[in-house]
Formats: sequence, structure tokens, C-alpha cells
Amino acid sequence: MANHKGVLVCGEIADGKLAPITIELLGVGRKLADELTEELCILLMGGKTGGLDKEAIAYGADQVYVAEDSLLDGYNSDAYTQVTANLCQEVLPSIMLLGHTDVGCDLAPRLNARLGGGLAMDCMGLSIDPATKVLVSTRPIFGGNAYATVLSKLARPQMATLRQKTVPPAERNDARQGQVIPVENKIDPSGLKVKVIDRIKEEVEGVKLEDAEVVVAGGRGIGSAQNFEMIRELARVLGGSVGATRPPCDEGWTPVMVQIGQSGKVVSPKLYIAVALSGAMSHIVGCLGSKVIVAINKDPEANIFSVAHLGIVADFKEVLPALTSKFKELLPTQK
Amino acid sequence: MHTIVCIKQVLDPEIPPAKFKIDPEGKKVIPPPGVPPVISVFDERAVEAACRLKDKHKGKITVISMGPGKVADVIKHAIAMGADDGFVLQDPAFENLDSFGTAYVLGKAIQKIGGYDLVLCGRYSADWNNGQVGSILAEILGISVVTSACDIEAVDKKLRVKRILKDGYEVLEAPMPSLITVSGEIGLPRLPAGMRLMIASKKQIPVWKAQDIGAEPSALDKANAHLEVTGLSVPARKTECEFVTGNTPGEAADNLALKLVKLM
Ligand SMILES: Cc1cc2nc3c(=O)[nH]c(=O)nc-3n(C[C@H](O)[C@H](O)[C@H](O)COP(=O)(O)OP(=O)(O)OC[C@H]3O[C@@H](n4cnc5c(N)ncnc54)[C@H](O)[C@@H]3O)c2cc1C
Repeated sequence: MANHKGVLVCGEIADGKLAPITIELLGVGRKLADELTEELCILLMGGKTGGLDKEAIAYGADQVYVAEDSLLDGYNSDAYTQVTANLCQEVLPSIMLLGHTDVGCDLAPRLNARLGGGLAMDCMGLSIDPATKVLVSTRPIFGGNAYATVLSKLARPQMATLRQKTVPPAERNDARQGQVIPVENKIDPSGLKVKVIDRIKEEVEGVKLEDAEVVVAGGRGIGSAQNFEMIRELARVLGGSVGATRPPCDEGWTPVMVQIGQSGKVVSPKLYIAVALSGAMSHIVGCLGSKVIVAINKDPEANIFSVAHLGIVADFKEVLPALTSKFKELLPTQK
Repeated sequence: MHTIVCIKQVLDPEIPPAKFKIDPEGKKVIPPPGVPPVISVFDERAVEAACRLKDKHKGKITVISMGPGKVADVIKHAIAMGADDGFVLQDPAFENLDSFGTAYVLGKAIQKIGGYDLVLCGRYSADWNNGQVGSILAEILGISVVTSACDIEAVDKKLRVKRILKDGYEVLEAPMPSLITVSGEIGLPRLPAGMRLMIASKKQIPVWKAQDIGAEPSALDKANAHLEVTGLSVPARKTECEFVTGNTPGEAADNLALKLVKLM
């Protein structure tokens, strides 16, 4: 355990750039490393990682490990696990950070299964305990009804996946110096058991949910695919996106891609309009970052009113048509 | 085709947040009185996935559940959905295990059952949300793992799995046997009904203790030393909701629109 030193970030590349979560991880990783007076490293994997090593240094990395291989072009669970586990066994980081993303949620537990460390998933806060110097992670449990702090006294590496947008991104400084180290180990093809056959993108019409300034979300109370049209219409008028709780996704009233919450997407628009949804914590955790939350629900006791800034207690069927036409009147530029 | 599904019994996650209470000292959640525990949501969908494979390819489904108290109830629920057999894993030594400890016990039970083509788990549990038992279990069993499946098909002794992504899905091909963790997007679980409810209520569910599955106390201690909970708290929320009113709901809506355009 005494041999384990430093913070290693597992980087993600999206559209040829460092993914936003990776820049966030470099920010928090830098802080943790400085508190330990140890180094911050990052691993970049890909077919080609062209130029991103410099960028990682500018965002705070002291060392950049670069693994380039055609087998790493796009996420391949077996290949990524192999490369990362091998590197960890060589570098022996004390702390290993990943994003709570499609990649991190798959890679982190597999890696930990091999390395035998202590992994905290879906963290919203990471710090160093001043007395013992161990990593303390804070994570929501029971769908966000409670928060737990967890740590690993002995097992190394101490691992965490960090939820996106919970820490500010690292600041870029192109004058920073660092070292680039190519990862030489070749991938053992006999370890690649699961084949990636295809990767399908499912585009949802309109503004991308995560980037939308207005989100109109419907819940179980909407009652049918046909009624959900009212949600879509309001979203259209506001130039926003459609979201949903889980039941409308389960029922097929909307595509599953628009589910918001713990097991769906996390959004932080300027305006979140929650219609006929009760406000279960596992839903609310997906929209708490919104600037203004508006709730429309016929039940005055619904939990959504405990997080909403503005609310109407009424049947949505009597509210939405009026609301939509009033907005049409007030916002003449948008049709 | 023989599928083993690992399921967990949890506090009903649908209780209203106001009823959710913890004991911060004991670092435990206090279940509200009179609310029966339920099968964890993604585990129930894993049972559903197993049932769909059985509908198509015949074969057998075995469910196992580790936990204290009446975990046999969730096994009976799975049998009422379509599973054939079930085992409870219960022993004082199994209490308060972390993910490695849990995977160790499940692994021992699965090795005892043997002869499986597929092991299914939920993507993560509805209570502690640790999200790693499946991956550790696969490593222990020495089989491949695919996480967050939204569709599973068996084709020519191979598994075709769709893995849900934030903006779509991946299609993967895994060998048999493999371990797959199931995500919510696989769809709604079937409701137990009719004959199956009868079969489930009559079914004897054997209870396996540590010695029945060859779980070593020393190995359990070692497996369980990875992660420790040091604190538990309930987040404080203090938003004041301003209720917008009017003589009719339509008028309230107009008033709301007028307020909101000022913010936009
Ligand atoms: C592990 C786990 C993960 C989960 N992940 C998510 C997630 O990511 N996202 C998510 O959303 N959920 C998630 N859930 C489910 C979550 O716990 C709730 O079950 C779900 O959010 C409830 O959806 P709802 O509010 O639409 O439905 P309900 O709770 O049934 O609420 C419906 C509401 O509609 C109101 N209503 C009904 N009719 C009308 C009407 N005519 N006019 C006005 N109001 C009306 C009712 O008063 C009620 O408040 C998860 C659960 C678990 C256990």
C-alpha cells in the first residue's frame, strides 16, 4: 500500500477532444494530488490521440500515458480493461478517477474487480481526509434520499467515478510542463472475448436534452402517448426539449433516451417544467441543477413542490393548453 | 439454456421522501413500519430478461438472493414471474458485506449450482447503488461480462446484447456463459398471475448457509475489506414554492406564463 502513489485519471475522448468530464476530473484530481503532494497522471486511450496529450498537460496533468492501438478506437470493454489494469499494476496509483459515464460505469467496476481496490460509484464529492490522507467520497444512495461518505482504509487503488458537472472544469494553462509516456504493452487479443458489432446513435428530435435551456418533463400522470403531445407542444413553443420520468419511457409514450434522473440523464436548464410527476428523489437528482423549477400537479402534497420554485395545483389538462397559448402570445418570435 | 439470476431484496424505493429516515450513528436506513421490502428494480428486470429468453428457447431459470429476513419473498416473486428454482443465502456471516464480499458469496453459490449458460444481475441496486457486484462476480467466475443491457438474445450458442448508452446503444456479441447486468430500458417486468402464483406460494425455498456453499470466514473477511461507510446524511431541501393561482386553472396558467417570460 505504501508503494501506491499519485492520482491517475482515466481520460475519455469525445469527437477528437478531451471529454468535459475528463477536464473536470483533471481539476479535482489536481487538487487531490496537491493535497497529497503527489503527482497527477492521466491515461489516454484511442486509435489515435493526436495532440490531446499537450492539452491534458495544460489542464493540469504532470504525466500523460498514451495508449494508441486500433483496438482502442472506440470503447471496447475487454481491451480498455486490459490496458488500464496493466498500467495500474505498473504505475500503482493511490487514487484512480473515472467519469460516471457509459465508459466509466462499465470500466471502473471491471478494473476494480481485477485490482482489488475500493471503488465508490456515482460520487458527487471527493476530498482527502487531512489526518489519514485517504480519499473520502460522497455519493447519493437510496435514489438520492440520502448521502453516504465512504472510504477505503487499506485497499488500493482508491477508486471513484464522478458524476458529470459536479465540479468545475480545470483551468487551462498552456505554459504548464509535463511528460508524455507512451504505453508500450501490446494488447493480448486472446483476452478480447466480447465483440463490438455495432454502435447505434439515436437522435431525439429538437434541441439536445443536456444542452437545452428549457426542459418540459412529463410523468405518469400524463396518462397516454396522445396526451404527451401536449408536453411536446409546450416544449416546441418554448424552444426547449422534452423530458420524462421513468413510467412514460416504460410505457413507450416517449423514447427511453429522454428519461431524466438517477438512471437517466442529468439536466440543468434555466427552466424545468415538471408536469404530472410526483418528484421521486431518483427523478429529482436529474434536474436539481435547474435554475427555476416549475411544478404542475393536481396533488398539493406531491414531493415535487418541495423542490419547485413555482407551482400550480391543478389538472394538467386544464393548465397546459392555456399555458402553451399564452406563451405563443408572449413569445411571438417562436412558433 | 440455464440462466441464474441474482436478485436483492430492498426497502421499497417508492416510499415518499418524507418517510425516509436514517440512523446516522448506526449508518443505517430505518425502514418505515408496515412497508414491505421489494425486489430491487433492475433485478426484477433481470428476471424479466431471463423469462423472455426462456419463452423463446425453453430451459431453466434459477434465482438466488442473499440477505437477512424474508428474502424468500423475492425469490417467490421471481418464481411467480417464471423462474423454476430458487435459493436463499442467509448466514450471520453474510451481513453487512461490501461488493467484494457479496460477489464472493454469490460466486460460491453459483459454483455450487453449476451448469449455467448465463448469469444475470441488475445494473445496480435500488438501495446502495454500488453498481459493481456483477463485474466482480464475473471476474470470480472467470467469465465475460457485459453491463447495462437493454436487450439480450441467444443466437447459435452466443449472446447478442444491446448495451444502453446515453445517446443510443451498442450491439455486442458475448460467449456463453457470460454475466450480463440488466438496465431498466429492457422494459417492464411481467406481472405474476394465475397458476404461477400458486406454484410460487407452494414452492419450498432451501436456505444455504456459509458452510453449505463452502464460504470461508477468512476469505469473507478479506473480501469484505475494500470499502467502508463512514457517514450517512439526508440532504436538506428548503425551497419555498410559490403557488400561482387564478379563478380558473387556465387563468393560473396565464399568470404563470407572465411570471416566466420575465425570467427568460
Ligand atoms: C434504482 C432506481 C432508479 C430510478 N431511476 C429513475 C430515473 O432515472 N428517472 C425517473 O424518473 N425515475 C426513476 N426511478 C423511478 C422513481 O422512483 C419513480 O417511480 C418515478 O420517477 C415516478 O414517476 P412519476 O413521478 O411520473 O410517477 P408517479 O410517482 O406515479 O407520479 C404521478 C404524479 O402525477 C400526478 N398526476 C396524475 N394525474 C394528474 C393530472 N391529471 N394532472 C396533474 N397531475 C397529475 C399525481 O398527483 C402524481 O404526483 C428510479 C427508481 C429506482 C428504484
